[in-house]
Amino acid sequence: MNTLVFLIPLALLLGGAALAAFLWSLRSGQYEDLDGAAERILLDDDDDREAGPRPDQPKTPPP
Amino acid sequence: MSCCAPAVEPLEAFDGSAARQEIGLASRDLGDGLRQTDLAVPGVHCAACIRAVEAGLMRIDGVEQARVNLSTRRVAVKWRGEAAPDLLAALAALGYPGHLFESEADRADPELARLIRALAVSGFCAMNIMLLSVSVWSGAEAETRSAFHWISAALAAPCLVYSGRIFFASAWSVLRHGRTNMDVPISIGICLAVGLSLYDTIHDGPHAYFDAATSLIFFLLIGRTLDHLMREKARAAVRGLMRLAPRGATVLRQDGSRDYVPVAEIEPGMRLALTAGERIPVDGVVSDGLSELDCAIVTGESLPRRVAPGAEVQAGTLNLSGPLTIVASARADTSFLAEMVRLMEAAEGGRARYRRIADRAAALYSPVVHATAFLTCLGWMALGGDWHQAITVAIAVLIITCPCALGLAVPIVQVVASRRLFENGVMVKDGSAIERMAEIDAVAFDKTGTLTLGRPRLVNGAEIAPEMLAMAAEIARHSGHPLSRAIAAAAPAGGLALSGVVEHPGLGIEARLHGRLYRLGRAEWVLSGGAAAQEQAESGTVLGCDGTIEARFAFEEALRPQAGAAVDALRGKGLDIVLLSGDTRGAVQAMADKLGIGAVEASLLPAQKVERLAALAAQGRKVLMVGDGLNDVPALAAAHVSMAPASAADIGRNAADFVFLRDGLDAVPMAHAVSQDAGRLVRQNFALAIAYNAVALPIAMAGYVTPLLASLAMSLSSILVVANALRLDVKAAPHRTSSRRQQAEGLSPALGTSE
Repeated sequence: MNTLVFLIPLALLLGGAALAAFLWSLRSGQYEDLDGAAERILLDDDDDREAGPRPDQPKTPPP
Repeated sequence: MSCCAPAVEPLEAFDGSAARQEIGLASRDLGDGLRQTDLAVPGVHCAACIRAVEAGLMRIDGVEQARVNLSTRRVAVKWRGEAAPDLLAALAALGYPGHLFESEADRADPELARLIRALAVSGFCAMNIMLLSVSVWSGAEAETRSAFHWISAALAAPCLVYSGRIFFASAWSVLRHGRTNMDVPISIGICLAVGLSLYDTIHDGPHAYFDAATSLIFFLLIGRTLDHLMREKARAAVRGLMRLAPRGATVLRQDGSRDYVPVAEIEPGMRLALTAGERIPVDGVVSDGLSELDCAIVTGESLPRRVAPGAEVQAGTLNLSGPLTIVASARADTSFLAEMVRLMEAAEGGRARYRRIADRAAALYSPVVHATAFLTCLGWMALGGDWHQAITVAIAVLIITCPCALGLAVPIVQVVASRRLFENGVMVKDGSAIERMAEIDAVAFDKTGTLTLGRPRLVNGAEIAPEMLAMAAEIARHSGHPLSRAIAAAAPAGGLALSGVVEHPGLGIEARLHGRLYRLGRAEWVLSGGAAAQEQAESGTVLGCDGTIEARFAFEEALRPQAGAAVDALRGKGLDIVLLSGDTRGAVQAMADKLGIGAVEASLLPAQKVERLAALAAQGRKVLMVGDGLNDVPALAAAHVSMAPASAADIGRNAADFVFLRDGLDAVPMAHAVSQDAGRLVRQNFALAIAYNAVALPIAMAGYVTPLLASLAMSLSSILVVANALRLDVKAAPHRTSSRRQQAEGLSPALGTSE
């Protein structure tokens, strides 16, 4: 019984944190373009913002 | 090229300013001088496309941010400045043609967000309560059990209040109107279960039904969310189609200035300048210019109509060959289009009268269940039980019969069916359309644009000398006229060096090659250029060289692919086929003979189409209307169920229950077959749910139902029903991979992808 006193609230707290995280991600629009998110991982955006494309890595050719 | 929209590329390039002003009109103000425009770009489908479109648009002056949404195939562009950047031309230059779509004031979908939040909350509560319940079922001590019941009660409260409200609100709104639906027994069951459990928790009783009540809410919300997602997907896809009504027009002021004015602000008496390729925004009279109008989408006439000064023109027709000046004779809200909307609203009814299967079942189901629970309660009292035990058993009866399976039986099948339809290029607006589609016993087709593609096809290409055909095709490529396009499609681009190409609106095109004058167009005009002009009276479309005829072209309307097979398939299922057209009798009869359709009505006005459907409905017939034009819109609304191609007028697409995105007419028998399969599965699911109740009810009435048994029984019946619904998908599975790709292309029949 003694263990339950802190284990149950702990479990609920963790579950509640996961629920809050989900609601936050929903609100911030992370589920609006699931297909796009899957494809965007292939883009190397950082190149543009930094010192331009590195010479050994050609840019993605246009389709 | 499979092109559903009247493509007019060679001419559109002339007038970038009108397009830019239209972009400006369609944009939303984000404040601080920043504006956002949403464009549909059906051609994007991979990371490279995203990059090309985003980087390409960002290069334009004034564009601050461009963000592609690959799921919806849209791009949101934020821009600053007085005039809108020419985004459409930029997209076309990038190889991803796009178009503006309906203004998206209601872009965010509050209902979906609310459903998902409710689902998340109920999922969290149900899972945790279930966790606690397992230890109670496996025999926790009285003290722990009581503590767990209290925690469960605390968890059930937000679930009931926040997630359950969706059912309570729906149940309350129908009860207020003196009817019932599935949500009424659900709400009563949930409330009583939670109420009794609270009572038992307070009095330290052994059983609490919090787990059953919350998992019931969770399961039902899954069904409801899927149902909503499917409808939203269909609506978004239909909204993303090309808008066929113009947003504004160029007005010529008295002082000679030109302004681009939104359609709603056009007053009678204003002079409007229309370039070739523009749609006419309001009814009017031509004051200057010669051209031809494509009336197919408005009246169903298949051949272009020539107009000269003095001719009356209707809103929605497409100006084909030359610039026109018209004087507006009506405001937008009294134009032909508005008239159609009025007729459509008057005709609405067949659909509104329809009651969904689930609601009809609930009307029978809830009195039976509630009476049984009440009688059980009385029976236990009569047999000498105390009131608490009697009520416990009665509530157990309600919980065990609570229509978890029944609530899922219909939506889950419709979700699976609509998914299968979607993969075959058909959008469904809502679940009741699938139910109504399964009931039909007659099909009414429109002709132009529905049975046919609404564009002509060259029939005698084989009889014409190849070099003459190549010549004619080369000339024809310079025009957007439907007949020119048909000729151009008949021969590959030959690269002949034509010079002095001039299009004479309403007559034809002339061009020079090696010093000789070639003319393609009306016979009398072609002949008038040469010496042998008065030879004989010619008609039709011909190619002439220095006034002598080199080739004659014959055309017919191009049938939609699989039109004949589709009509035969529908007839094979015992459905009556009717042809209702606004075109002339001759053209309609020829088409009917070709397809073997007996019942033909030609030259119908929009209101007459509605009358024909009403007459059929009065005989007890349930008619599927398939049509595309503005003149079909009232009929689409009046029919028992309706279907429109993606090339249909905007309001036609909105009025129809189904929209098919590919060219082939086989979508109609396919949608009917899937709907019938779905109807069969719904009936099977009802049978399963009733069989389950027949087994469970005696056990519940005898008082043997513990919370464990209730949870198990409820989950099992739900899983059974869902598994049965998925059988609909299994049949379609072998084609899945190929149809995915086709579906992506189906969304953009007019636009080639860049692969």
